[in-house]
Amino acid sequence: MKIVFASLLRSAWEWLLNRSAVWDSGASRNRFPRRAWEPWLILCLSLLSSPLPAVVEYHPFDDPTNEQAYQSLISELRCLVCQNQTIADSNADLAKDLRQQVYDMLKQGKSEQDVVDFMTQRYGDFVMYKPAFKFKTALLWLGPIVFLLAGIITVVIVAKTKNRSEQPILDQQKQSRLDDILNKGEED
Amino acid sequence: MLKLKYLLPLLLFIVLAVFLAIGLRLNPKEIPSPLIDKPAPAFSLPVLANPEQRLGVDDMKGRVWLLNVWASWCVSCRQEHPLLLELAKRKVTTIIGLNYKDEAQDASQWLQKLGNPYDASVMDLDGRVGIDYGVYGVPETFVIDKRGVIRYKHTGPVEPGDIEQIFLPLLQQLEQEAA
Repeated sequence: MKIVFASLLRSAWEWLLNRSAVWDSGASRNRFPRRAWEPWLILCLSLLSSPLPAVVEYHPFDDPTNEQAYQSLISELRCLVCQNQTIADSNADLAKDLRQQVYDMLKQGKSEQDVVDFMTQRYGDFVMYKPAFKFKTALLWLGPIVFLLAGIITVVIVAKTKNRSEQPILDQQKQSRLDDILNKGEED
Repeated sequence: MLKLKYLLPLLLFIVLAVFLAIGLRLNPKEIPSPLIDKPAPAFSLPVLANPEQRLGVDDMKGRVWLLNVWASWCVSCRQEHPLLLELAKRKVTTIIGLNYKDEAQDASQWLQKLGNPYDASVMDLDGRVGIDYGVYGVPETFVIDKRGVIRYKHTGPVEPGDIEQIFLPLLQQLEQEAA
């Protein structure tokens, strides 16, 4: 199906390129396309060729909510072979098997949580891009907040000590004495 | 004397450097398995040498055994193969092969050519049992005790020295446990 689409797109592009070659060669003095619908055709074709997912196999769903669950699950589960990709992005063999597993489980009427439990029981919390909050993952979730707070506290402390150093170097007594001396000097 | 204030950045740098150094030494490919100390997932799969016959976890009850995940297409499996042959020669444990997503013919030929360390190999053609065991990088080796509980998982090829340092002491310890 995709191949048919691709070849259709290709021939359409070639036809358009041929036409634009005609415009460029000056055979037509008109700089603009001769037909008003041509730019629209280009636009529509480029919309048709918008990004295709890495997922190659076709998994038909009868139920749109199930399909949604499938899409959100495969973009939440980490491919353990290429660890910085989800199983939706990865074309590793294991990712393909896990997509199949997710599909089969949803088809059997399992819930999203069932699939998540199934995967974490076998591969650990690491298989989820967003692992559940528990003691083991607390540092992962709270770490950024802790660092942010530490930063804010540091800023506050630094700002405060800076204020303190701007306090007058001399206390009032010394200051008035200094003023006296200076004033006296002026009188002499 | 230097004030602590001026030493602070240096201290922070040292702490950061230590953390990064530890991070560099960790192997990101080694993901701790949640299956340790859990019962080995049940399976019943056809035996490679005789597909009529089936073998499963239940058949191994009362024995300490290794489950080694391998495939003829797996390059690292070749690397660890001589070590498994060596371990098999010592006859200290039962080694079961989980032939993962392989063709029966290729697998048999591989064993004929390189030698067969397995007491039996079972065929996991579609990799479902592999998923149950959390397999993500063949070869992997599980050590399973007499009660059918997974006690250790080794991800990636068994390296020289691992047999003496990891497997033999563990097998000996498990062998002494009650069934």
